Amino acid sequence: MSIQIDHYKCISCGRCCDVCPGNLIERDEALKAIMKFPMECWGCTACLKECPTGAIKYYLGADIGGKGGYLLTRNHSESIDWYIISPDSAKYHITINKKESNKY
Amino acid sequence: MKFDIQSIDTDVLIIGGGTAGCFSALTLAENSNLKVVIAEKANIKRSGCLAAGVNALNAYIGKGETPESFVGYVKRDSESIVREDLVYGVAKLLNNVTRKLEDLGLAILKDADGEYVQRGKRSIKINGENIKPLLADAVAAHDNITVLNNVNIVDYQVLDGCVIGALGFSLREKIIYVINSKKTICATGGAAGLYKPNNPTFSKHKMWYSPFNTGAGYAMGIRAGAEMTSFEMRFIALRCKDTIAPTGTIAQGIKAVQVNARGQEYVEKYGRPSTHIRLYSTVMENLKGNGPCFLKTEGITADQQQELFKAYLNMAPAQTLKWLESNTGPAEENVEIEGTEPYIVGGHTASGYWVDHERKTTLKNLYAVGDVAGGSPKKYVTGCLAEGQIAAMSILNVIEHSQVIKLSNKEINEKVKHISRFFDNSSPLYSIGEVEEAMQKVMDEYAGGISSSYGYNETRLNIAAKRIEELLTIADTLKAGDSRQLLAIFEIIDRLYVCKVLIRHLAARKETRWRCYQENIDYPQKDDQNWMKYVNSVFRDGKVEFIFRDLVGRDTIYEHTD
Ligand SMILES: Cc1cc2nc3c(=O)[nH]c(=O)nc-3n(C[C@H](O)[C@H](O)[C@H](O)COP(=O)(O)OP(=O)(O)OC[C@H]3O[C@@H](n4cnc5c(N)ncnc54)[C@H](O)[C@@H]3O)c2cc1C
Ligand code: SF4
Ligand code: SF4
Repeated sequence: MSIQIDHYKCISCGRCCDVCPGNLIERDEALKAIMKFPMECWGCTACLKECPTGAIKYYLGADIGGKGGYLLTRNHSESIDWYIISPDSAKYHITINKKESNKY
Repeated sequence: MKFDIQSIDTDVLIIGGGTAGCFSALTLAENSNLKVVIAEKANIKRSGCLAAGVNALNAYIGKGETPESFVGYVKRDSESIVREDLVYGVAKLLNNVTRKLEDLGLAILKDADGEYVQRGKRSIKINGENIKPLLADAVAAHDNITVLNNVNIVDYQVLDGCVIGALGFSLREKIIYVINSKKTICATGGAAGLYKPNNPTFSKHKMWYSPFNTGAGYAMGIRAGAEMTSFEMRFIALRCKDTIAPTGTIAQGIKAVQVNARGQEYVEKYGRPSTHIRLYSTVMENLKGNGPCFLKTEGITADQQQELFKAYLNMAPAQTLKWLESNTGPAEENVEIEGTEPYIVGGHTASGYWVDHERKTTLKNLYAVGDVAGGSPKKYVTGCLAEGQIAAMSILNVIEHSQVIKLSNKEINEKVKHISRFFDNSSPLYSIGEVEEAMQKVMDEYAGGISSSYGYNETRLNIAAKRIEELLTIADTLKAGDSRQLLAIFEIIDRLYVCKVLIRHLAARKETRWRCYQENIDYPQKDDQNWMKYVNSVFRDGKVEFIFRDLVGRDTIYEHTD
């Protein structure tokens, strides 16, 4: 259970570092975000939703059944796009309107 | 490391800008011009339990229910050891705070008549993904609230049994904050990470409760001599295997039943299906070789499955990822469930500060609200908001007679040294991580963790108590290289203090009142004759002393007298 940050997509805005409830993300000399404590991630996805460029991937550790798939997020003002990519490259896209409640 | 000292005077200090803390701040700001400071170890935008989102408002007075019937329900489910007066106070405010959340922008499901759609008798359906940013935005709109993000509070400032502020350090700058306040509200949430978790290796923080709520508020209170209640009523959650995602969405939302490996429904074989019996029955089925156990979801419709994918993305995205990365879902596979490691969480059980009807603790000028406050189980999000409001209203009534009191420079310097001393330690034998693992291991093996199916006896507890003392001594030798490591050291010390008191509470209740939560193998039966009482404690002169108090009824207006 952790995140991976794509160095090339990161534009050094620092928003993920600010929002992580565990203060787990720090910045390197170029001010790019680095996941400093991969084993301490709660998996809340706050950082993914905060990232303006979709640079952060979220994946399940092998110890909890992770298979190499991952999740990406793009957060808009009215909705959130969630993308799940499975190891065999199947891509699932779910859009959730923020004003729409859960059915369950 | 050399710290700058920054001193701040305020009317009200709120420690922890989570659910309850933010709502206290809002209540104060909307009804006064008082100066309010929130000190938050992370950033209030996503800190605390609400980081990922929540899935429903689980405490709401639905159609056909009343505040009185809510109290009855909580009392039954908690085997009577609740402060009915506190639960009642919360119950009367639940629907008001819910409206307020809706006003702040929370999406709540409504029917054609504009009524909230109920998930159960006391629960309503929402989109809780953005609940924390909504609260944080509301806080930011008030000029009289100052938010100190990334500031970890270490201890209260206490003078003659009276809390006069707190001390903490910044995780971003080399600053130690000395905050002097007329009134202080503790809202730091509960304690996770005491026991070895379900996933102890790479995904060690994939736990149910927030791993960043480390029991700091309990520990500060313990060290300052506040009375605590019912730590022995631990909370253990029944959750989806591996992802530790909540199960209520499936169990309540689509009415899925619990089945064992043979496909048999098993819960009611073990008693009335209260929260702890659902867990206990699962533990027992596993011990009998009938596990693993599941929520029976196979055969639900494609629509239902799609809605579950969404509901989990809104609160526990790991579960949707787990399904979809395997190209499967709950319609095809039942969902495996397991019990978590124990937590101390006053929002679910009765553990926490012993408070009066206004949420005043036994330390003067200190209030406690939310998961850190005891006596009022099943308060959940809305109950935490209600408590935040109750404390704030009390403060508004009494604060004009209060003033800021400060410690002398000499005393402050000593306290600053106490915080920064870990930078001066040299060549420690043990690392911070090792001490944390050692604590979790001993709690697991000797104080009723997962590996012993939550049971314990006195001999085991004595071994645990001795080891926790040894670890506290070791913790003093740990070395910090930067403020992040300093945080980690204080988190361990706080957890060790909580463990120390918890172990004694587990031993003190000589019965078994709640299956799994408090499974005292030496006294395996419930004993109403002798134990219809609260087990309370105060840490004094290095010792945990007990006070056994009589149950408090619903209509009592409880004030601290002794
Ligand atoms: C995963 C999960 C799902 C849940 N789902 C639901 C649900 O669907 N419905 C429902 O009604 N309830 C739900 N609950 C329960 C509910 O969310 C909690 O009871 C409630 O949010 C707790 O509020 P709080 O203010 O006490 O704690 P929090 O909101 O956690 O706030 C505590 C704050 O204190 C800060 N803090 C801690 N220590 C320090 C320190 N030393 N110095 C400074 N700051 C500090 C933390 O960073 C945090 O921001 C859920 C809980 C969890 C963990
Ligand atoms: S998922 Fe949450 S806990 Fe993990 S790094 Fe991102 S913000 Fe932090
Ligand atoms: S939010 Fe995204 S772009 Fe900004 S620092 Fe983090 S990873 Fe980089």
